[in-house]
Amino acid sequence: MSAQSSIRDSFFEECDDLLAALFDGLAQVEDGNAESETVNAVFRAVHSIKGGAGAFKLTALVAFAHTFETVLDGVRSQKLDPEPDLVRVLLRAADQLANLVEAARDNNAINDAARDSVLAELEAYIDDEEKDDAEINFAPVALDFSLFGAPEAETDRELVVTFQPFARLYANGHEPAYLIDALSKAGQLEVELDLEAIPPFSAYERDASYLNWKMRFRAPDPEAAVAEVFEFVEGLCRLEVVENDQGPEEPEASAFSADPTPEPEPAPAAAALPVPEASKDATPALSTAEQKGASKNEGAKPTLRVDLERVDRLINTVGELIINQAMIAQRVSQLGGTRATEIEADLEDYKLLARDLQEGVMAIRAQPVKALFQRMSRIVREASDATGKNVRLVTRGEGTEVDKTVIERLADPLTHMLRNAVDHGIETPDKRIVAGKSAEGEILLSATHKSGNVLIEISDDGAGLNRPKILEIAISKGLIPATSDLPEAEIDKLLFLPGFSTATTVSNLSGRGVGMDVVKNAVQALGGRVAISSVPGRGTTFSIVLPLTLAVMDGMVISVAGETMVVPITPILETIRPARGAIHPFGVDGQMLSIRGRYVPIVDVARTLGLRTSPDPDQTDILILVEIGNGGQCALRVDAIHDQRQVVIKRVAGSYGTIPGVSAATILGDGKIALILDTDRFAQPDLLLSETSLAANSELET
Amino acid sequence: MTKIKVLAIDDSRTIRELLREALESADFDYHCAEDGVLGVAKFSDVNPDVVITDVNMPNMDGFGVIEALRGGPQPSLVPILVLTTESSAELKSRARDAGATGWIVKPFDDTDLVKVLRRVTGNAA
Repeated sequence: MSAQSSIRDSFFEECDDLLAALFDGLAQVEDGNAESETVNAVFRAVHSIKGGAGAFKLTALVAFAHTFETVLDGVRSQKLDPEPDLVRVLLRAADQLANLVEAARDNNAINDAARDSVLAELEAYIDDEEKDDAEINFAPVALDFSLFGAPEAETDRELVVTFQPFARLYANGHEPAYLIDALSKAGQLEVELDLEAIPPFSAYERDASYLNWKMRFRAPDPEAAVAEVFEFVEGLCRLEVVENDQGPEEPEASAFSADPTPEPEPAPAAAALPVPEASKDATPALSTAEQKGASKNEGAKPTLRVDLERVDRLINTVGELIINQAMIAQRVSQLGGTRATEIEADLEDYKLLARDLQEGVMAIRAQPVKALFQRMSRIVREASDATGKNVRLVTRGEGTEVDKTVIERLADPLTHMLRNAVDHGIETPDKRIVAGKSAEGEILLSATHKSGNVLIEISDDGAGLNRPKILEIAISKGLIPATSDLPEAEIDKLLFLPGFSTATTVSNLSGRGVGMDVVKNAVQALGGRVAISSVPGRGTTFSIVLPLTLAVMDGMVISVAGETMVVPITPILETIRPARGAIHPFGVDGQMLSIRGRYVPIVDVARTLGLRTSPDPDQTDILILVEIGNGGQCALRVDAIHDQRQVVIKRVAGSYGTIPGVSAATILGDGKIALILDTDRFAQPDLLLSETSLAANSELET
Repeated sequence: MTKIKVLAIDDSRTIRELLREALESADFDYHCAEDGVLGVAKFSDVNPDVVITDVNMPNMDGFGVIEALRGGPQPSLVPILVLTTESSAELKSRARDAGATGWIVKPFDDTDLVKVLRRVTGNAA
């Protein structure tokens, strides 16, 4: 039973791969590449899903896959032309198939109406005569025993069976002795070889078949046994079955015999056993097959499926190893002396090995974003159908690998953003044409690796953000004071405020009450950040920057007002000990750093976190220049920089709630806990405070 | 008695696993390959007593497998069973004409599967 259920699980995993191949293939067909190999791959994917589903008696899935497959078979055999209308139906059918697989996996109810409407669209492409075939016949091979006129028999009856194999029977891998043996196991059997049929040696032809047998077979239901044993050799032999007890003198050929008129020996040349001349054309087939096999072997890498829990345990252990390495390093450096220096050199190797180990383990969890992106194609299709807009999703960088958990937790925010892009971003076809654009809108979804992070961008070529309206809504909802005069970038950020939704009518698509703040929170929970840029009339781009892994990161260990903290390495541009003249007062007690002709705000980390209320007069100026969202920069003032090391990320949100300015914590070499700073938040200390109050409000509401 | 050696060729992991489960528990020596090309390549290494092959597969389909094994200067007479979801007479006769020994209709019943394999390899019980 457990084997069965684990195979069932693996079937659904395989379905994911097959659906991916299906969407991939259909996307190629949509782009006009309807090569036979592509269409075949699409057909096979549906066919394999049907085959597996049948094994688990998932009848609804089988029935739908069958109809789908019938239409694909029409495309494959070039009876149907994959014109855009048909491709759209096929894409919808693929979406529906994916839904049915999901429903079968989770034992959810099926949306009959949705399925039936797609089924009707598919059936429109099926000929009436094919429709009969389309009726699924999944009954195992049932031979029509009524041909034998055999009633239910209580007692044994006897049949006389004459069995004369043709040469092709041997060529097809049958062995008469096995058949006779099998029949003998099903009842009582007497076998007699017809020696008369064997010619003298001089007349013996190599490829001909001479042997034939006459058998008396007794069993309770002898016809059924004969039918079963000789099931596969129909047409490859002469088989006569006669009931013995009703009078052996009235031989009556059984209808089972494939050839009512006993066929003479087939000519040797027709036999499948090859004569030397005939073998020539068969030879290349085998050798090319071997060559292909060899090249295929090089290409296909063997894989291993591992329980995710085991991998996570390994990752955790590697994390502990890294902490342990840091602890040892710290102890050794406290020892001092030449011996310590030697050990430190060895420890450096240890550190490198630990890092290799960690990278290797991380790679196990990495997956290409392709499957996620393919799901998004579905979302966009569904959303365009629902809104009556014409939108195409273009994906790029599908091979980019990201941590499995990141991919899983990114699905919801991405879904939401893409629905938003279709619902609010892309204009209706008429408006687009008026604006001089093509009627079909385009959304580009891309993923790239960028300096240790993953950058995911969603760009639409729609109308762009309607900033006056955003401002108006924010004011009407009391999110900002009515007199606010915000720069464009700040207006865009209002979208991320909790409780903001620009949809004047609640559409069933983007959902009610769920705004971009949910997206932002989901991305931040993954240690990432979201940014918007928008050009009126040209479109909007959302950029999500995510860490490659959720388990460790490179950090710079600093101290602030006696506390040890960590700044993530990724946003750090440089560390600066500025000359006095480079720092300029700004506002009431603010300061700006002038660097290479540019002014950058200085943020005092200790004061922002409330660790110090007034500036420390003895403080030396140590600044860390960091990059913040939208390409801006800011300089963080810290008391000291200690070193740069890899730290294991430990979540704090679960235990302490969200702390503004702090993304996570880590355990240092000395066993102490250090907070990891969220540099983006530091870039806007005022916003940091306002968000604190907002967070408090929303907590009260829930 | 030595175990009956089976080579199953199917691109569906699910089917391969179902066959493995059914056959290993019936004490067969089970080998498998993911498509026709790999299956034909594996055939000479494994030297199976019986081959089970799917029809629709990438790179080389089931008919290609039959052709590769039955063709050539030294055709193999190993029993080849075709796995098919269709129980249509047409596919069966096409398989038989290509040189297949028999067929197994998916979804298969484990007992029937074992019975057929034993029969075509001369191990009927």
